[in-house]
Amino acid sequence: MTAKRVSVLDSDRCVGCQLCMFACSRRLGYGGLGLSAILVRSIGGIEKGFTVIVCRACPDPPCQKVCPTGALTVRVGGGVRLNPDKCIGCGHCKEACPFGAIFWDYELNKPIICLYCGYCVKYCPYKILAFEEVGK
Amino acid sequence: MTHGRVLNIDLSRKRSWVEDRSELFNSRIGGVGVGIKLLEEELPKSADPLGPENVIVFAVGPLTGVYPMASKTIALFKSPLTGNLGESHAGGRSAVAIRSAGYEAIVVKGASETPIYVAIHGERVFFRDASGLWGVGSSLTVGRVIREREPGAGIRSIMRIGIAGERLVRYACVTTETYRHFGRLGLGAVFGSKKLKALVVSGARTIPVKDVKTYRMLYDEVFNAATKTAIMRKYHDIGTSMNVTPLNEIGGLPTRNLKEARFEDAEKISGEFLAENYLGRRVACSHCPVACIHLAALREPYEDEPYFYKTTMISYDYELIYSLGSMLGISDTEGMLRLFHEVEVLGIDAISTGVVLAWMTEAFERGLISENETAGLKPKWGDWKTYLKAMRLIVEQPTEFYRDLSMGVKYASDKYGGTDYALSFGGNEMPGYHTGPAAHLGFLTGARHSHLDSAGYSLDQKVLKENRKPSVEEVVNYLIEEEAWRQILSSLVVCFFARGIYNPTLTENALKTVGYEFSSDDLVKLGLEILRDKNRFKFREGFKIEDLKMAERIYETASPLGSIDREFVKKAVNLFYVKIGL
Repeated sequence: MTAKRVSVLDSDRCVGCQLCMFACSRRLGYGGLGLSAILVRSIGGIEKGFTVIVCRACPDPPCQKVCPTGALTVRVGGGVRLNPDKCIGCGHCKEACPFGAIFWDYELNKPIICLYCGYCVKYCPYKILAFEEVGK
Repeated sequence: MTHGRVLNIDLSRKRSWVEDRSELFNSRIGGVGVGIKLLEEELPKSADPLGPENVIVFAVGPLTGVYPMASKTIALFKSPLTGNLGESHAGGRSAVAIRSAGYEAIVVKGASETPIYVAIHGERVFFRDASGLWGVGSSLTVGRVIREREPGAGIRSIMRIGIAGERLVRYACVTTETYRHFGRLGLGAVFGSKKLKALVVSGARTIPVKDVKTYRMLYDEVFNAATKTAIMRKYHDIGTSMNVTPLNEIGGLPTRNLKEARFEDAEKISGEFLAENYLGRRVACSHCPVACIHLAALREPYEDEPYFYKTTMISYDYELIYSLGSMLGISDTEGMLRLFHEVEVLGIDAISTGVVLAWMTEAFERGLISENETAGLKPKWGDWKTYLKAMRLIVEQPTEFYRDLSMGVKYASDKYGGTDYALSFGGNEMPGYHTGPAAHLGFLTGARHSHLDSAGYSLDQKVLKENRKPSVEEVVNYLIEEEAWRQILSSLVVCFFARGIYNPTLTENALKTVGYEFSSDDLVKLGLEILRDKNRFKFREGFKIEDLKMAERIYETASPLGSIDREFVKKAVNLFYVKIGL
């Protein structure tokens, strides 16, 4: 089985509706954006357009390398999995991601790691996101 | 839980605290339903709108952050423009940010002695000095500076005023996310009077739902209706500017201060023309797939240097095209766009500004005022360059005349004359529909004298198509029913554009998934009750039915349904208040 990830096809098309972000938290049974592993924000003001930040499923992920407890393991094919029982909430992984694609669950004090489920893609009304094989 | 949490902010003492008002939310949903009660409680009777005793209530609802298009923040305050109920709604990211920060309402009271801005990041509230930001010429710069200084990119809202708010222009607005506004009735001046330059809100709280399975199912229903059916298409494709062409065709597009109701150059300011030639990007409010915010890309050369250009993204909507386009007789599309940009820079309400400038032009034309008053300007229909200067003068107020213009068209015309063609309703400048009696009756009787209160123009256009004249009874019933239901929408804080999706049954079911039990009948009744509460508040603050008058101009210029009949209007106004039981 090949590993999949959420790809950002064309962030210039993005209107900033954030439906992907809401989908991500809703997938886990919640409203709001508190558990979302994807972020849409403006690039220096809404007049300049948007950027979409989501885990790109690195084959050699820096976040995993800095995890001191082994809570993050490399997923076969790219990306990482989190074992929350081992995580101490140090935040090194968040710092290590150059894209800022690791978010924070402030209620649990643990990182929010993309599950590579592709649920958000179904709710993007403007075809900015795609759920595809890593490396495609 | 965010349920029922109200954040109180005292600007005088620089303190904040949270109250649990879940009982109020349980019975009144949220938004305007809760907001009007909080305003009634907090605002002393006959308070000065620009004194520290004025109160600003921001409220969101139980569907905010949970369902699409429930992303409006309702602001309630006492209006410095009308001296009565102030109510203004804005989208952007404000509503989701407030709820995600852990609140369903924010109450701002008191006044600071020195300029400040308030940053709310979840549970933490910071009172930050804004002396350096006070007086900055462009509200866009203010947004840019705060954006750099505060955390929460992507999940925050920055609500700020421009210099118009600082200078207490009675129709100054509060801008959020660069392109959305608490536009009408002068919230910007209330901010200014409190020395409050901006309010930043961010947070990342999860919002629990009661029945996750039904929630996901209903969510898909709303999502599919918004993205896969024609219900939202109008707002989605060309946007609200779609109205220009049909309104002009039927003769309902106010032109040159409503001396006429058709504009010969309507094509050049139409939604189709703008989309074809200038549309540069479309933007959405948080949690709305429609993306109705249309931004024009205006490319301008710098005159002092060859091959040097700038491109400005300018938000446009129907109401701006009316007020700063046809009302001022402007057929130069780019000139009109520059006016749109200038109201954004200064932070003034586009509708009120356009109506004030239109009155100024006609008063000048008729010799009621001269260059002595206008500080040398010669306002003339279509001359956008002069209007650009006049706007800035209204904000800077170098002379008594411009200070008077900054008070609104009613105030200015009471002083200089020309009340017959000063287009205001209950002290609020007229919106862009001269479609017939229902539109104007809606502006008159609507609790905030806005076209969005009861949308009478829809009824006008319907009966025009059916080639018939409605009775007084029909118009009044329509206006009450529409305005009452809109109280529910603005308690859920669902955008009015989505009113075709959020019908009573869907609303009832959506509320159930978040733990609210209201039958659709309960909702209809509650809507009327909230409408009554708002009107009761207005009476408390000195509102009188006999003060409701329309400018002569409304009667003089024929509407698509013919000349508006005085007796009809009089009867309808009286019947309206009898029917709502006040």
